[in-house]
Amino acid sequence: MADRTRLLIGTRKGAWFLDSGSGREGWSPQGPLFLGQIINHLVSDPRDPEVLLAAASTGHLGPTVQRSVDGGKTWAEATRPPAFPSDDPHGRSVHHTFWLEPGHASEPGVWWAGASPQSLFRSADNGDTWDGVTGLNEHPKVLDWFPPMDGGTPDGPMIAGIVIDPRDARHMYLATPTAGVLETADQGETWAPLNENVRCDYLPDPYPEYGQDAHQIALAPTNPDRIWQQNHCGIYRLDRPAHRWDRIGDAMPRDVGDIGFSIVPHPRCEETAWVFPMDGTEVWPRVSPGGRPAVYRTRDGGASWERQDQGFPREQGWFTVKRQAMCGDGSDPMGLYLGTTSGEIWMSGDEGESWRQIAAHLPEIYSVAVVPQA
Amino acid sequence: MAQVLIPSQLTSYTGGATRVEAAGGTVAAVLDDLDRRFPGLKFRVIDERDCVRRHMRLFIGRSETRSIAAPLGDGDELLIFGALSGG
Repeated sequence: MADRTRLLIGTRKGAWFLDSGSGREGWSPQGPLFLGQIINHLVSDPRDPEVLLAAASTGHLGPTVQRSVDGGKTWAEATRPPAFPSDDPHGRSVHHTFWLEPGHASEPGVWWAGASPQSLFRSADNGDTWDGVTGLNEHPKVLDWFPPMDGGTPDGPMIAGIVIDPRDARHMYLATPTAGVLETADQGETWAPLNENVRCDYLPDPYPEYGQDAHQIALAPTNPDRIWQQNHCGIYRLDRPAHRWDRIGDAMPRDVGDIGFSIVPHPRCEETAWVFPMDGTEVWPRVSPGGRPAVYRTRDGGASWERQDQGFPREQGWFTVKRQAMCGDGSDPMGLYLGTTSGEIWMSGDEGESWRQIAAHLPEIYSVAVVPQA
Repeated sequence: MAQVLIPSQLTSYTGGATRVEAAGGTVAAVLDDLDRRFPGLKFRVIDERDCVRRHMRLFIGRSETRSIAAPLGDGDELLIFGALSGG
């Protein structure tokens, strides 16, 4: 088990570090950083943990990326943040960067950024300067995949996840709210939808080629051919090279459903993953079903799910956990962490069996990431 | 030279200064001059399409402009405000 752990917390009003003492005990907040700025994502680089990137914007000001190369002690703004060319044929301008993804292990210094409106950017200098990925941003179908929407999803339609195959830097997946999952085998030059059998219950054709709302995707660390997906319309699993997703959320309890934002795979077991269900009925309250928060774990690839709610409120707990706000560490036993829109951080040190609150009174939490400390 | 009023949202770029001087005959030229001295400031006021960001307001004297092509005379005052409601 990592002796000490740092959580990187992005919120609607700034960023915090949450540092543990030994054994993942004794958590204390450090911060705020960028007080008043919207921090959609705060991420460290596994290739160089001294490098941190933050996707920042404010209500007034334009979007930017903040960078640290000394583990968060000092920060500087990107010299050239993600932005469309001034003569962009579709008249787009970046509203905010939503997702930051460190590049493949073989490409030190490379980072990827997903933005709103939906677009992809790449940096080769640790996030200092960014260029658009024209293979996606100017794809002939870009307006079909990413229809212009004023607002769209509650915080604007954005690239909601970037996943890189650890075996092949050129093989990547995107999670998107209007084209579902997109795949490239040539690092972004060409793209194709990957949505077979993923439901879309808000379109005339419930199983279209694209149009799905992929909330989050993740590869099983021990088997990168296994993709877990939490979709707007259920929980899915795909084992490549197949193209047809299975709705493993059908095994969830009917009164809970299989709607949520996040899905977290186990670092060492390809059969195990966690979700945090939310209420997706009627007007989509997006809170814990029935006011009784819980994670659900599968240990058999999604054939069955078990409820894990020890420590959470038994009633009147109306948590919402956004898609970047749930994660796990690589320890054994694995630690799980989630942040709520009500500014609480909860952790489990026993793979979800029991939960405890380790921070409260923070602003609305957008992202939680974990960094083992030496 | 134009006099420029810097809103609190941007004083992190100007070293805390709330009034600065800048050269240029248009709003765009003044913003370019500011960006040379305070890198990054311009992109937080206008976007890559040269549009004034939704919650930024620019005034030349008492007249509001949304155009960065608007002319500025010597001694004119460019006032930049952040205007946002809600929580």
